[in-house]
Amino acid sequence: MTPSFLKVEGLARRFPGPAGTPGVTVFEDIHFGIEKGEFVCIIGHSGCGKTTILNVLAGLDEANDGLVIMDGREVRGPSLDRGVVFQGHALLPWLSALGNVAFGVRSRWPAWSAKQVEEHSTRYLEMVGLGPALHKKQAELSGGMKQRVGIARAFAIQPKMLLLDEPFGALDALTRGTIQDELLAIVQATHQTVFMITHDVDEAILLADKVLLMSNGPGARIAEIVEITMRRERTRNSIHHDPQYYRIRNHLVDFLVNRSKGYADDKMPDHDPRQPPVVRPGLEGGAETLPLPARTAPVAASIHPLKNLSA
Amino acid sequence: MKPSRPWLAPLLSAIFFALFVGIWHLATLPTSAAVQVDPEYAALVGQAAATGTKSAMPTPGEVGAKLWEHFRDPFYDKGTNDKGIGTQLAFSIGRVLLGFSLAALVAVPLGFVIGMSPLIYKALDPFIQVLKPISPLAWMPLALYTIKDSDISAIFVIFICSLWPMLVNTAFGVANVRRDWLNVARTLEVSRLRTAFQVILPAAAPTIMTGMRISVGIAWLVIVAAEMLVGGTGIGYFVWNEWNNLSIANIISAILLIGLVGMLLDTLLARLARAVTYRE
Repeated sequence: MTPSFLKVEGLARRFPGPAGTPGVTVFEDIHFGIEKGEFVCIIGHSGCGKTTILNVLAGLDEANDGLVIMDGREVRGPSLDRGVVFQGHALLPWLSALGNVAFGVRSRWPAWSAKQVEEHSTRYLEMVGLGPALHKKQAELSGGMKQRVGIARAFAIQPKMLLLDEPFGALDALTRGTIQDELLAIVQATHQTVFMITHDVDEAILLADKVLLMSNGPGARIAEIVEITMRRERTRNSIHHDPQYYRIRNHLVDFLVNRSKGYADDKMPDHDPRQPPVVRPGLEGGAETLPLPARTAPVAASIHPLKNLSA
Repeated sequence: MKPSRPWLAPLLSAIFFALFVGIWHLATLPTSAAVQVDPEYAALVGQAAATGTKSAMPTPGEVGAKLWEHFRDPFYDKGTNDKGIGTQLAFSIGRVLLGFSLAALVAVPLGFVIGMSPLIYKALDPFIQVLKPISPLAWMPLALYTIKDSDISAIFVIFICSLWPMLVNTAFGVANVRRDWLNVARTLEVSRLRTAFQVILPAAAPTIMTGMRISVGIAWLVIVAAEMLVGGTGIGYFVWNEWNNLSIANIISAILLIGLVGMLLDTLLARLARAVTYRE
């Protein structure tokens, strides 16, 4: 087997306790891999260290143990190879939407002329449907629009990998749905490799190729890797007609509610954190052998301009 | 909803002003009653004591006339002790702007360094805490002794009093730039210099401008006192000189103009502050 595009090996993060007391191990023995063009979601309860893992992948935080290898190189410090969409969008409020995207573009291609930078940035803002709002500042943008600018900023630097930290957590359900569709279309068109944190089971099923399930912290592990065994060209409107949808959904919810506890301190002798079991809900028996989705389905997804800009 | 009456507040202001001037006028009216005058005092001061009715406190009319006189010819020069009030104000404003600019040149970069480095912040904090509360005028003798030039000493005093608010505010603003914004710059591999100028500076600019506004306010307060001490030129010296002349009308005119110029400086910096303020 060829090594994965991104490989995480034995990652652990410990926070020192107050003087004299033992520290807290948020997570340890984290192993997983992400293939090129794959969309991976990570799900787990609060406090299991999802954001810390993402920050380590981004290079913003350092792990106490283990290493991250991307494209054959160890990840050390932040890099333009990995675009980050922050939880709180993190736009620079004194810059316009265009200015925020251009800020990253200028850094990625320092030799470009101002015109090139502007054209490139404009193209990515139009991709997320913000063509009419190029020159608006953060205060004039709605929550959904701000997060779209954040997504455009991350895509515009054409990173090898995109890291999304609960990007839709603060949005209302309607807006979230619209942006999920847009993200799906862009990712399918660009075959972008994505690692995303979410709390939303449905969001994970809609977007991901596989879902990493994290057990509860402290001492969190990757408990299971769930493959989303549905056609890649799924949409929010049709997804629940697929019988697989409910099997996967039940499996994920069941994990979060009943089975996410008790993985710490090697209480599960059968569980090997180096090789977390890969689960295909509904297909374990092998009775129903639906064809697995091709990894990078060639989709000529046209990117729809926003139907509802005020969202 | 109540109908908006934008003229109401200015009208009230005008009424208050008229009341104030009216009371002032009544209080300074010459008393016609004969005054018992000590004959010895009368012998000393002559006619004035004998009639003894006019106090040195001018009526509003007299002050108004004086102001008009100043406005008609603000920049005359009739020797060292008799210059137009405009000239004197210009001297003071010049000193304040010079001292303030020098202070900004030192305080903003230094504040930047202090704000960026918790170590330097901790190391310099005791000095700043001790130096900050010192009245700027207390530096005056030391300045006069070391610099040996009264004019530069006045500017030094302005420098030292404008320094602290700008320094402390810049350091605070820089130290409290949102972690997220710095992380954005880091993930985009923006160089340290570009981060300083394009992320930290704009993020801290409103706080820095607040410091500047406080500084210029203090500088304008201090310049009057400083000029009273060093003498020569400036509005502070003018006030002291007119006190020696017992020309209360001139002093009141000067007080009024000091207030107006102070307001002007503050408005100017408030404008600048608004230009760099961002909404979140």
